[in-house]
Amino acid sequence: MTRLTLSKALNEGLRKALESDPKVLIMGEDVGKLGGVFRVTDGLQKDFGEARVVDTPLAESGIVGTAIGLALRGYRPVCEIQFDGFVFPAFDQITTQLAKMRFRSLGHLSLPVVVRIPCGGGIGAVEHHSESPEALFTHTGGLRVVACGDPADAYAMIQLAISCDDPVIFFEPKRRYWDRAEVDTAGGLAAALPLGQARTVISGTDVTLLCYGPMVRTCAAAAVAAGNEGRSLEVIDLRSLSPLDTGTIFESVRRTGRCVVAHEAPVTGGLGAEIAARITEECFYQLEAPVLRVGGFSAPYPPSRLEEHYLPDLDRVLDAVDRTFGY
Amino acid sequence: MTVNDAGRAASADFPRHGGQPESAEFIQLLTPEGERVDHPDYPLEISAEEIRALYRDLVLVRRIDFEAIALQRQGELGIWASLLGQEAAQVGSGRALGPRDMAFPTYREHGVAWCRGLDPAKLLELYRGVSHGGWDPKEHNFHLYTIVIGSQTLHATGYAMGIQRDGAVGEDGEAVIAYFGDGATSQGDVNEAFIWASVTNAPVVFFCQNNQWAISEPLERQSRVPLYRRAHGFGFPGVRVDGNDVLACLAVTRKAMQAAREGQGPTLIEAFTYRMGAHTTTDDPTRYRLAAELETWKLKDPIERVKAYLVRSQAADEQFFTDLDAEAAEVGARIRKACLQMPDPSPLSMFDNVYAEPNPLLEAERDQYAAYLETFEEAVR
Repeated sequence: MTRLTLSKALNEGLRKALESDPKVLIMGEDVGKLGGVFRVTDGLQKDFGEARVVDTPLAESGIVGTAIGLALRGYRPVCEIQFDGFVFPAFDQITTQLAKMRFRSLGHLSLPVVVRIPCGGGIGAVEHHSESPEALFTHTGGLRVVACGDPADAYAMIQLAISCDDPVIFFEPKRRYWDRAEVDTAGGLAAALPLGQARTVISGTDVTLLCYGPMVRTCAAAAVAAGNEGRSLEVIDLRSLSPLDTGTIFESVRRTGRCVVAHEAPVTGGLGAEIAARITEECFYQLEAPVLRVGGFSAPYPPSRLEEHYLPDLDRVLDAVDRTFGY
Repeated sequence: MTVNDAGRAASADFPRHGGQPESAEFIQLLTPEGERVDHPDYPLEISAEEIRALYRDLVLVRRIDFEAIALQRQGELGIWASLLGQEAAQVGSGRALGPRDMAFPTYREHGVAWCRGLDPAKLLELYRGVSHGGWDPKEHNFHLYTIVIGSQTLHATGYAMGIQRDGAVGEDGEAVIAYFGDGATSQGDVNEAFIWASVTNAPVVFFCQNNQWAISEPLERQSRVPLYRRAHGFGFPGVRVDGNDVLACLAVTRKAMQAAREGQGPTLIEAFTYRMGAHTTTDDPTRYRLAAELETWKLKDPIERVKAYLVRSQAADEQFFTDLDAEAAEVGARIRKACLQMPDPSPLSMFDNVYAEPNPLLEAERDQYAAYLETFEEAVR
């Protein structure tokens, strides 16, 4: 076990993937000499060369489009989109091409492409650097969409994503890049939780708290605070946003009877709405209260001096938890 | 040889590092040593007073930039994108614009903003995180800063198409200038803007500040040919100017804008310059480029050469420089004070200006959040 930041854990995971499969490539803006603006690819070009760790021209559509071509030729490209708000030039390639190739080719073609996207706010950045666009991708059939929430998971999940034969949109919580935790980089991935499975972070009995990415730490802290007041929250890190691990979700909600979904993205049309609908359909008779959502507002992400108001924090999560007892 | 050179080594069709020796291939009217040179295509009649005014712009813009960097270091700004080294490109082009011309900047055009009369404190608002820009672009004919790389080149082109439809091309016409960098030339949007401007003959000037670096990526990651030459393929003229020569930038931009106003269509100007600082205050250029490169470019400093010219030609006396230093200090102090006094916006303001008409959903969210905030105030009481 070694203590790593989330950023370094991803770096180690990418290194393992580059070592174990010569077809793995890394491509993006500033991923080479600079090592990425968040240093996730630090040192990889030095060790694996410019043919495998590629500083691309400044064009996101080109990054994903050429990754598709490389994948058609048998490579496994890992694309970095520098910031969430810059994914949109690539959105066309992702939704019209990357997501649909297997389907269109009746299974003859696979596109094992990973698109890494640092996401979310909380770092005091300017516009387009704090977005949470995951619902745009979960809305698109053919894409796997995942989000890592802590260093150990990040290390395993990036490798699982790279070995996945479907395209994976891989969200990294940028305000958690500097979080540290123990990571087992010595053992293999045999014991790792599958990519599509949710993980119970804290077990509880009163309310199920569903979260992912940057909100995992927030929700874990909320559970501790609630515990001090005698309320038992179960925190589940969804990890996979598409497909959803509905088995784990339903099992928990049937036990607790109450559920809050928290994400940074706007609640309107967000992933929480999808989850709430599915829980209502499947767990209706066990519910003590409607599934409540905590998230961003239906306005553009605000200037950074206001982001603490926009981002759901511990208090807003607990406020929603309280409200589930008001029905 | 890198993977990118595979199969190309034998081909000498294109020079590797983005062009011929720069001296052979750009417009220059003032050498780095401060000597005036003439160019047959770009005659420039300019008085000593006008050159002093340009020098004042350059010095004040650099002072604003220094102050902003300091404010960021002191935690008063979230981030800052320095224009250090690009003052001449921005002031020269900015002063070539008429009041009715429209400018579409990136996020680094602080010098152009200055020329358009925008209060520098407005720029600090954006980098402090108080607003996303917030100025009225119509007030100074200076559009909002655009952060997504290259998007604004299409906006500029569309705006220019509007000028055509308004019949405002011709004698006493209007034109548009679109700013972008070397990295942006790889974006689809920029290439599409070139196509649209070309086929519509739109009155737009594409002003590319080639500062040699897109964060950590040198120009050869973006192009095998000098950028200005790309224009020919799209069907309009391209010209490379010494981007550290304010006089050349002024003359070249003036000519291109005039051509656009008169209905002769777009021009691509490549201002060959250098990003002397980091990409932004969060960047560390020592990780990817050599200090010697910066030293080379310091010898071509855009401000020093104008000072050398003014001194040598006795176009400015000691008093001028002393007064300007004092004015620069005053401007620095003024924007510092404005920054420190800048209030945070009210939390509920994040629900404003999202739609033209009242939006019931958003209003409900705002009211709920206001009620939620009040519970904390009650708790404090």
